[in-house]
Amino acid sequence: MKPRRAGARRATQQRTPWLILPLAAVAVAYVAVPFVALLQRAPWSGLGGLLGRSIVVDALRLSITTAFAATGLAMLLGIPLAWVLARTRFPGRSVARALVLLPMVLPPVVGGAALLFAFGRRGLLGGPVYDATGFLLPFSIWGVVAANTFVAMPFLVLTVESGLRAADTRYEDAAATLGAGRWTIFRRITVPHAGPSIIAGAVLCWARALGEFGATVTFAGNLQGRTQTMPLAVFLALESDRDAAIALSLVLIAVSLAVILPLRDRWLTV
Amino acid sequence: MKLRMLRLLAVVSVPALMFAACGDDDDDDAGSTTTEAPAQESAQGDITVFAAASLTDAFTELGSTFESDNPDASVEFNFGASSALREQILAGAPADVFASANTSNMDQVVDGGAAANPQNFVTNLLEIAVPAGNEAGVTGLDDFANANLLIGLCAEEVPCGEFGREALANAGVTPSIDTNEPDVRSLLTKVEAGDLDAGIVYVTDVMAAGDTVEGVQIPADDNVVATYPIAALTDAANADTADAFVEFVLSDEGQEILQSYGFDAP
Repeated sequence: MKPRRAGARRATQQRTPWLILPLAAVAVAYVAVPFVALLQRAPWSGLGGLLGRSIVVDALRLSITTAFAATGLAMLLGIPLAWVLARTRFPGRSVARALVLLPMVLPPVVGGAALLFAFGRRGLLGGPVYDATGFLLPFSIWGVVAANTFVAMPFLVLTVESGLRAADTRYEDAAATLGAGRWTIFRRITVPHAGPSIIAGAVLCWARALGEFGATVTFAGNLQGRTQTMPLAVFLALESDRDAAIALSLVLIAVSLAVILPLRDRWLTV
Repeated sequence: MKLRMLRLLAVVSVPALMFAACGDDDDDDAGSTTTEAPAQESAQGDITVFAAASLTDAFTELGSTFESDNPDASVEFNFGASSALREQILAGAPADVFASANTSNMDQVVDGGAAANPQNFVTNLLEIAVPAGNEAGVTGLDDFANANLLIGLCAEEVPCGEFGREALANAGVTPSIDTNEPDVRSLLTKVEAGDLDAGIVYVTDVMAAGDTVEGVQIPADDNVVATYPIAALTDAANADTADAFVEFVLSDEGQEILQSYGFDAP
């Protein structure tokens, strides 16, 4: 596969339609200009003092741990789901896919309210669980992970599903003729082949989880050290202190770039 | 988060656009201070009113009544936390009128040169909201110290959070807080859903929530009076209609509507 891809890349470089480059440049500028504006407004001199505050340290730690936890949970559940959507046929499959993607179109605040109605103290499932065990998702770090997973998992499912659809199934057929079991094939052939799409999906999912605001604040609430993630801290800082809000946003941007930049070229060539 | 981020970016990047676009509406023709609705000269054109989240229901009705009194005018609302609205206005958001849930946000808008001569148009009191049935048996502010209850307040950055903490301090209660909500409506939503045992909101919110929420009164000695000021903005694109709307809010007809939602006269 490697040589063929390299050849394809060279070919597109030779014949770039003239309209492509200016449009691509506009696309980059459209995203870059607001960020430059943000940087230009940043309170560089006071940055050190702002970032050392306990509220920032707590929020950053919580954001990073919950984004990774949500990505792990989304991979555990989402990769099997993507496989089912890509490789099996069953009645209602398109309904299942639409359902799973729903959190992408739902305003996150509505998603959070829906989670509350489902897993809250008087929720459909949360109510009986709370009555039996006293366990409560909202207002805990688990609530943050649950909200993040709900909102971010579709990005992983969608990416992995399209990766699986594009993969060559003849390798799996060959493995089967050589006597490999279904689970072995999934583990040793399917998942490694879908590797780039799984990593791309996981990165998208992680980034979405890191920036999650609406569902988190609606479902999990907002308490420093327990449920206050960076986006929540940014939003509330904006109410009282714009410099602090911009400083916090810069941290969020820096953290996401630190994770996404190194991955980019090595892995995301789906 | 996407929307919030957009909003943050809008707040940061809008001024440049606005400074280019703002006209020369500096002439201050704030009308008379009578409390009569301007029934004779009908206002016209579109205005955008930035109003505190706690005014959502009352102002929506005020807006449609104003529109039926002035068929050529139309009112659009942007409801949100007063502090967020203040930021948007100071960043040059296209607003004609600002109605704040506290005086400090209005003062900052006035200090920023975006408004002049604000007038207090209603007051509001705090009340404890509990889910219908009050299963936790909340009877007063003392219960807010109970770590076994799920307690919510507004975040201290927004007016209802500031006032709520003031009331708790008045009562000598150190609350055991489970969540600091970004605005009063989201706090109320969690109480309505039964996910919180109690929260401090405005009297008007308990009234608006209907049967899903019960109110527990806060004694007058501990309670905090929230004063709501309103002003037409100096950069209002439609200054005449903005003034007419402010006058309408202060008029007997406007006050009657506001009081039907639980607000008190200033």
